Amino acid sequence: MLDAVNLTCERGERTLFAGLEFAVAAGSMLRVAGPNGTGKTSLLRVLCGLLEPRVGEVRWRGRNIRRQREEYWNDLVYVGHLNGVKDDLTVYENLSVAQAIAGRDMQDATLRRALDAVGLGGFEHTMARFLSQGQRRRIALARLFATTTAPLWILDEPFTALDQRGVAALSQLIASHCGNGNMVVLVTHQDVAIDVQHQQHIELAGSAVSVGEAAC
Amino acid sequence: MLSVFLQVIRRDLLLAMRQKSDVVNTLFFFVVVVTMVPLGIGPEPALLRDIAAGVVWVAALLAAILSLPRLFANDYADGTLEQMLLSSEPLSLIVLAKAAAHWLTTGLPLTLMAAAFGVLFDLDVNSTLVLVASLALGTPVLSLIGSIGAALTLGLRGGGVLTSLLVLPLYIPVLIFGAGSVGAASSGVGFTAYFLLLGAFSLFAAVLTPWAVAISLRISVE
Repeated sequence: MLDAVNLTCERGERTLFAGLEFAVAAGSMLRVAGPNGTGKTSLLRVLCGLLEPRVGEVRWRGRNIRRQREEYWNDLVYVGHLNGVKDDLTVYENLSVAQAIAGRDMQDATLRRALDAVGLGGFEHTMARFLSQGQRRRIALARLFATTTAPLWILDEPFTALDQRGVAALSQLIASHCGNGNMVVLVTHQDVAIDVQHQQHIELAGSAVSVGEAAC
Repeated sequence: MLSVFLQVIRRDLLLAMRQKSDVVNTLFFFVVVVTMVPLGIGPEPALLRDIAAGVVWVAALLAAILSLPRLFANDYADGTLEQMLLSSEPLSLIVLAKAAAHWLTTGLPLTLMAAAFGVLFDLDVNSTLVLVASLALGTPVLSLIGSIGAALTLGLRGGGVLTSLLVLPLYIPVLIFGAGSVGAASSGVGFTAYFLLLGAFSLFAAVLTPWAVAISLRISVE
């Protein structure tokens, strides 16, 4: 469903990766690993369509994502390492605005359920400026809980700043998302066990790339 | 589609209300410039009447430029802009909403305040009305064209100066016809042609700039 074809990415004269090829099938998860500065975030941004690869293309359902931007983005939820949370909006406003901007349905019940699921129930009317780093992260992650119908999630370090229960809840959500036949691509440094049957690993290390299959 | 447009405007107005200092700074700048000029020039009523429209228009233009950097910078810094770029709704629509919210928090208050400045410069009621109407028609262009400058210089160091350099030449026609309409009205030539041109600039900008801004944002965020 999501295919990377001969991807090469350069950032300021430096080649981060070249000739990268992989395919993510429905119901599977792709885990991207590698030391700092090897282009993990850049790879995710290329997959989202925020960054143009130097060479190659990303295909979604067999078509280049550049030719079907709006349809692709309708299928995609991206949680970057920036939370997109406004200090001067309440928790609830932040989530509902984020969903509106993404062009998604923002029914009150869905939003409240998502906030409950990330443990922010009761904080709906708190200004985001009074929240801790982990709680802000949870607002960003609530978008996932509110958009379980999107077939592709791309997550950049989703576990940072989360406590143990948060990590457990999120890895469970990712597992059930894949279990429903959807796809997840994620970058993480933490060794979190996620119970997904079909897992792939990509290790970015300078220009050497290894793609491996793993089954849990 | 309409829902995104309205939600983004609502969000930007809400943010402007909760962090008033940004908006207040712009308006304060406008008031200070307009009130200081007569003090510096001297209390000659005929002279003041002549320069009124020009002073108010130049001040409005500079105030608009002053407020441009905050148009996208905050959304860029906290990651909201990324989410806007990944929206399944057209980016140009979101951009148009942001420009509209910018106008509602700068252009519109400036226009309303200009009504009071008519008295300060000893303008008659007619000329004051023409001045206010010219600002109402012309200030949307300032927000729309300004958003191109803000998008192109996003994330650059010293972006503010560059924004003014990019945007000022494009503001000049609006300034000429905006200030000119008041002169034309008071000398009895008729201001219709000026208003038609200002309106045309606004419509032209409303159609084309969101599209240009959307492209600039995608380049800036890369």
